[in-house]
Amino acid sequence: MTTHHHSTELAVRASGLVKRFGEQRAVDGIDLEVHRGEVFGVLGPNGAGKTTMLRMLATLLHIDEGDAAIFGRDVRTEPHAVRRLLGVTGQYASVDENLTATENLWLFARLQGVGRAEARARSAELLEQFDLTDAAKKPISAFSGGMRRRLDLAASLLTRPPLIFLDEPTTGLDPRTRGQMWDTIRDLVRTGCTVLLTTQYLDEADQLADRIAVIDRGVKVAQGTADELKSSVGQSTLQLQLADPADLSLVADEARRLLGEEAVLTPEARRVNVPLTRTDQSIDVLVALRDRGVSIESVTVQKPSLDEVFLALTGHDTQEATGADDAASHTDHDLQMEASR
Amino acid sequence: MSSVTMTDPDVLSGGDTRVGLADTVSQTATLAWRATVKMRRSLEVMFDVTIQPLIFTAMFAYIFGGAISGDVSSYLPLIIPGLIGQTVLTACVATGVQLRTDMDTGVFDRFKVLPISRIAPLAGPMFADLLRYFIASVLTFSVGIAIGYRPGGGFLGVAGAVLLAMLAGWSLAWIFTLFGILGRNAQGVQGISLLVMFPLTFLSNAFVPTQTMPAPLRAFADVNPVSLVITAIRDLANDGAVTANVGWALVGCAAVIAIFAPLAVRSFNRKM
Repeated sequence: MTTHHHSTELAVRASGLVKRFGEQRAVDGIDLEVHRGEVFGVLGPNGAGKTTMLRMLATLLHIDEGDAAIFGRDVRTEPHAVRRLLGVTGQYASVDENLTATENLWLFARLQGVGRAEARARSAELLEQFDLTDAAKKPISAFSGGMRRRLDLAASLLTRPPLIFLDEPTTGLDPRTRGQMWDTIRDLVRTGCTVLLTTQYLDEADQLADRIAVIDRGVKVAQGTADELKSSVGQSTLQLQLADPADLSLVADEARRLLGEEAVLTPEARRVNVPLTRTDQSIDVLVALRDRGVSIESVTVQKPSLDEVFLALTGHDTQEATGADDAASHTDHDLQMEASR
Repeated sequence: MSSVTMTDPDVLSGGDTRVGLADTVSQTATLAWRATVKMRRSLEVMFDVTIQPLIFTAMFAYIFGGAISGDVSSYLPLIIPGLIGQTVLTACVATGVQLRTDMDTGVFDRFKVLPISRIAPLAGPMFADLLRYFIASVLTFSVGIAIGYRPGGGFLGVAGAVLLAMLAGWSLAWIFTLFGILGRNAQGVQGISLLVMFPLTFLSNAFVPTQTMPAPLRAFADVNPVSLVITAIRDLANDGAVTANVGWALVGCAAVIAIFAPLAVRSFNRKM
């Protein structure tokens, strides 16, 4: 990769991107640099502005402020050139429901100037590659969610674009289908494609992305590799439910003494979360608590979730971030409640 | 990396070349093909150009024939061209509604992001709908002939009338296409379209001679492009004559296109 003379060139370069919807700034000054050949993940909860940002970069939404370029081509002034470099697979499968899989691929190939014979060959090849050959002549309405996503992705690859946008490629898919989709995306990357993907799932970003940007309320709050992000919240969490809430402070003391970590207490639920850098540290904590006679009702060790990454990075959880979308539905009463707190 | 890159160097270095005319035509043809496949798959969208002419032609002829022209057979030369105008206009409404429905689906997002002519997704379905106007006018003529209509213009006259009906449908469709682009949803487009379609149909010479209308209504009915087209269809089908009325019909169609096509294309481009 390093020997290629284009390797230093950026596939995506965006600075100060802003998108306003009325009063709300859905995207509020985001900078982004995606290198050629990498898989870049944009992680964030529903309503964080991920899809809006992607649509701006894909020429689908007007850029209110800031600049964006795809392989050096200005998104605003050279939209046609940008479109020729892009394959976009949306959050909702954007294939034609009234056509069969073959007809869909044929349609999109022909639209992009692929000759008749080649369109037929390329469609068949992609159906084979995406394991859709058996369903080639079936109406899309008979397709499962996973099959639709695969067809949608296949439709984005007809002209072998050098950059693919994947907007939440596995949202709503069952775990098995999600795994298959991940394999498909990995294969894609192996062919030399640059991928910019958005996701709500940390494990998806973890599985696929070389680097991750965390987006919240239209702002980039962190960027780094999956390991870097996870280490910012500890590798995993020891969750304890205690019989007696009076023991909570005791657990906090032990966490501080043994691990040097601050435990998160939830007295109402008699629960305490202890961040761990290694999972086996949980044993040290449990042994210490037994020695001090703390009665424990339940024990779980959890890997960090997006919620925890979020809490650590933004100080609020993903549910609250989603709430930003519903701001309009807040009544005056809610606002007064918040003000009086 | 062994496969180096999927990028064609030309693509990276090429300018922001606009889509040429040949490509635009080919993309429009491809999208027209898509529209015809959709027509074949969902035949219910064809009811307005199949079932409706069958029922309306017989119904209008037998209900109004005696009252307006004394008997059904002398009403047929008046009503058959009128019904062609009405049916084609109804088909135009569906053009707008279906464009809205189409624009609300995910596949339209893909059209937007493809490096294709911005006008092709609009032009493709519009050309495919020529087929609908063709079916509507041929069926109306056929039902008319079945119940006793004998067009004096013969085959050529009728063929000319069908061609004119198709052209008129394509021209008038720009009005409803504009509604389709501007409308919030399919229901809204349907509502506003019917609101415009009914006056255009009934404030015309489609069903009755305009002489008995009050002066203001008659003034509108006489310049209504729908009237102009229906008069021309009567001249062509009944007399086989290419009269000045045919010229006026073409002028009417041109006027509708001149006003509504730029508006539609402009608002469509804003959404593409």
